Amino acid sequence: MGNGTSLGRVRGLGASHHGTGHWLQQRLTALGNILLVGWFVVSLLRLPLGDHGAVLRWASNPMVALGLILMVVSVFWHLRLGLQVMIEDYVHGEAARLLAIVLLNFYAIGGAAYGIFAIARIAFSGGAAA
Amino acid sequence: MAGKQPGGRPLSPHLGVYKWAPSMAVSIFHRITGDGLAVVGGLMFLWWLGALAAGPDAYAAFVACVWHDPDASTVHRVTNILGKVVLIGLTWAFFQHLFSGLRHLVLDTGAGYELRINRLWSILVFVGAILATAAVWLYIAQEALHG
Repeated sequence: MGNGTSLGRVRGLGASHHGTGHWLQQRLTALGNILLVGWFVVSLLRLPLGDHGAVLRWASNPMVALGLILMVVSVFWHLRLGLQVMIEDYVHGEAARLLAIVLLNFYAIGGAAYGIFAIARIAFSGGAAA
Repeated sequence: MAGKQPGGRPLSPHLGVYKWAPSMAVSIFHRITGDGLAVVGGLMFLWWLGALAAGPDAYAAFVACVWHDPDASTVHRVTNILGKVVLIGLTWAFFQHLFSGLRHLVLDTGAGYELRINRLWSILVFVGAILATAAVWLYIAQEALHG
């Protein structure tokens, strides 16, 4: 703590050193998830899921592919924030916590990249493989 | 901060001293279902999506493992049951986390902190999640029988 202003002394000392940013992002991605995952679940229930060609034609529609990519971003952002809170609450010790946070980021960013790439592959092949 | 007790200062009473209430249950289930969806739901989704992108053979292998194998190998008989258990669990976790999350968004506005209202909404989250899960799987079962 320095001898500066009141703001200067508390800045960076809040929750996770990021204050309300984490809280707000969790709420914004929650709203995104309600819309996008809600749409995804209804779509799954209406699709003949055992039929690869039918599911591929659905997923290769540009609007559907766009919705799926948005869903992957919203979901993996939201789960990164949520799992981070669990790690901060239950994983004790600086080294173990740092390792867990690193693994979490590998999963969240790697998983999102894998998902987006798979959707792009489906969309850009235009369902031609069906 | 475990293990570092500041000497001589009062400690917050531990969870164990409180009487168990629906609001406490809905809170811990929000965390359990959220973390479950994040790991199991996330991986299942990526597995399905990757198989869909990889082609008909990979997709058929996914369906044979998780849902139904026309050749019904012994391993797949077991994984088909496990797959349905996991999918029903994910459905319930989805609705529990969704309804509990909606409750949190309402609480964020400052509403719903009266004891009776808070208790009622907490109970409704559990009831709603179970009813929604049952409705979805009755629909799936009915589609499987008639479709």
